[in-house]
Amino acid sequence: MSISVTGVSRRFGNTTALHPLSLEIAKGEMVGLLGPSGSGKTTLLRIIAGLETPNSGSIHFGDRDVTHVHVRKRRVGFVFQHYALFRHMSVFENVAFGLRARPSSERLSNAEIHDRVHHLLERVRLEALAKRLPAQLSGGQQQRVALARALAVEPEVLLLDEPFGALDAKVRLELRRWLRHLHEEFNFTSVFVTHDQEEALELSDRVVVMSNGRIEQIDTPQTLYRAPANRFVFSFLGETNRFAGEYREGRLHRDQAWIQLDKAGAPTSEVLLRPHELILTTAPDARAHLPVTVDAVSPVGSDVRIELTADWMDTPWLASITHHDFDRLRPERGGAFFVIPARWHQFAPENA
Amino acid sequence: MSTRSARVLPGFSLSLGVTLLFVSLILLLPMTSLIGQLSTLSWSQYWAAITDPRLIASYKVTLLAALAASLFNALFGLLMAWVLARYTFPGKRILDALMDLPFALPTAVAGITLATLYSRNGAVGSLLDPLGIEVAYTWLGIALAMAFTSVPFVVRTVQPVLEDLPAQADEAALTLGASNLYAFRRVILPHIWPAVVTGTGLSFARSLGEFGAVIFIAGNMPYRTEVVSLMMATRLEEYDYAGAAAIASLVMLVSLLLLLAINLWQGRFYRRLHGGRH
Repeated sequence: MSISVTGVSRRFGNTTALHPLSLEIAKGEMVGLLGPSGSGKTTLLRIIAGLETPNSGSIHFGDRDVTHVHVRKRRVGFVFQHYALFRHMSVFENVAFGLRARPSSERLSNAEIHDRVHHLLERVRLEALAKRLPAQLSGGQQQRVALARALAVEPEVLLLDEPFGALDAKVRLELRRWLRHLHEEFNFTSVFVTHDQEEALELSDRVVVMSNGRIEQIDTPQTLYRAPANRFVFSFLGETNRFAGEYREGRLHRDQAWIQLDKAGAPTSEVLLRPHELILTTAPDARAHLPVTVDAVSPVGSDVRIELTADWMDTPWLASITHHDFDRLRPERGGAFFVIPARWHQFAPENA
Repeated sequence: MSTRSARVLPGFSLSLGVTLLFVSLILLLPMTSLIGQLSTLSWSQYWAAITDPRLIASYKVTLLAALAASLFNALFGLLMAWVLARYTFPGKRILDALMDLPFALPTAVAGITLATLYSRNGAVGSLLDPLGIEVAYTWLGIALAMAFTSVPFVVRTVQPVLEDLPAQADEAALTLGASNLYAFRRVILPHIWPAVVTGTGLSFARSLGEFGAVIFIAGNMPYRTEVVSLMMATRLEEYDYAGAAAIASLVMLVSLLLLLAINLWQGRFYRRLHGGRH
């Protein structure tokens, strides 16, 4: 089932949670709504679900206009951030809830409900825990119950609000992979909200980056990371080092430090650099003169992360270099080096 | 090394000592003297004292009125708690504060006010009279007074439990296609049920012993609108302390059994809810 959001906006009192925005989601697609808190992503998700009414605009599921359709008639599966399981019901009854809640004319027989619930519990590997109460399960297990409960009514649209936000890193990784498989098997359209860029980039076919109630960019994870549309998207998608200064004859100066920019490029007062785009050397060259002091070294993981300070910086920089370079340079706390930018990014100034 | 000082929080012995002193003075001492009064009675005298026909009539009136009052409070208190817990509206805080009024108002004042309002020529009573509904000086009036003085029990026990139930639980039920009624019955009611029962039980227990508010509206006609607490007062006025103590012991026993039953049942419910671990 495809989803079309057209010109939807939402205000709460005097604050605008969503400026009019539009979004097309194809059938079977998995889309992540990514943004900092207060960006309107949860509001948008709740409007799609029908838990919130938009002040303007319309929502279509396929050809069906659902803007004024009540949430219980929209047939969406919704997974809440804190699971919202029914605490007094067993795991089995939680999953069966949607099936039992149907009007008697459409209700399945007890045996059919039993079969379907057990099949789902098998899929989420919780069959052995069917008789337990939610309080007896771990966070990850509760989240799987919540997913099974939402899937029991066979929704064509699955909406997830920060689904893995409250779980620890290892469980989160496992559940992500598992959601991906479930998505492929059941082939529903899904939209999930997250503030974790890694989660959004890993899980989504396309990511919608939001801030202050507006959509900043909609793209595949690769395009988003390689070609961010603006400064906000760039800085939200990863760690960012900033060099601000004065533009003079193709160079950006700050005190005695400078970076050589393209002669043909537009003048700018700021460039942004990713940690892996910094080259650490012992001498400056024609590309840049950026003296730095090593403040901290963390040789954990596939790269070595080095925190750098200098007088000309507003905030400390972060460089990530290979273990090979690390062995060659042997940077230690207090050591003096130079940085050469392999690549940099410049954006039009934001109208704040 | 000292063997004391195992406790980090200070003031344990002092605060416990003061608490026990007050418990002795205001709870245990009166109860002891009550039992002391009882000991002057033989079993047959005791039995006679609590089975006086006029007294038995008052049991019926009291139980009936207290039952009606607490059932009404279960419904109205639940509704009130719902409104206070689930919605925001102008004047909500005033309404919230008003809920404690029956506790704050002297019960005699409440009784006189209700009696004035509901008597045949009172503001409300004069409207009900043509319909053939008599409130003042009937068991209905007694129930009304009881309901008034004990409604905060239900509101104040249910309200925090409702506030504790996240709105997401209802929303989850709705996204799964449940009707409002189904969601209420299967999701909300099971959650607040113990609180409703506790509040209603407390309201019932309080109603059984209510005196001040009731006697002004009851009319106190023998065999018809006399309540048990009035019978106790009557016995005291007759200097029949042992007789009063006999009735009091019965009322106390019923109230205690009621509270015990509620607590046991509630404990079982919560153990189940928390997976038998707490």
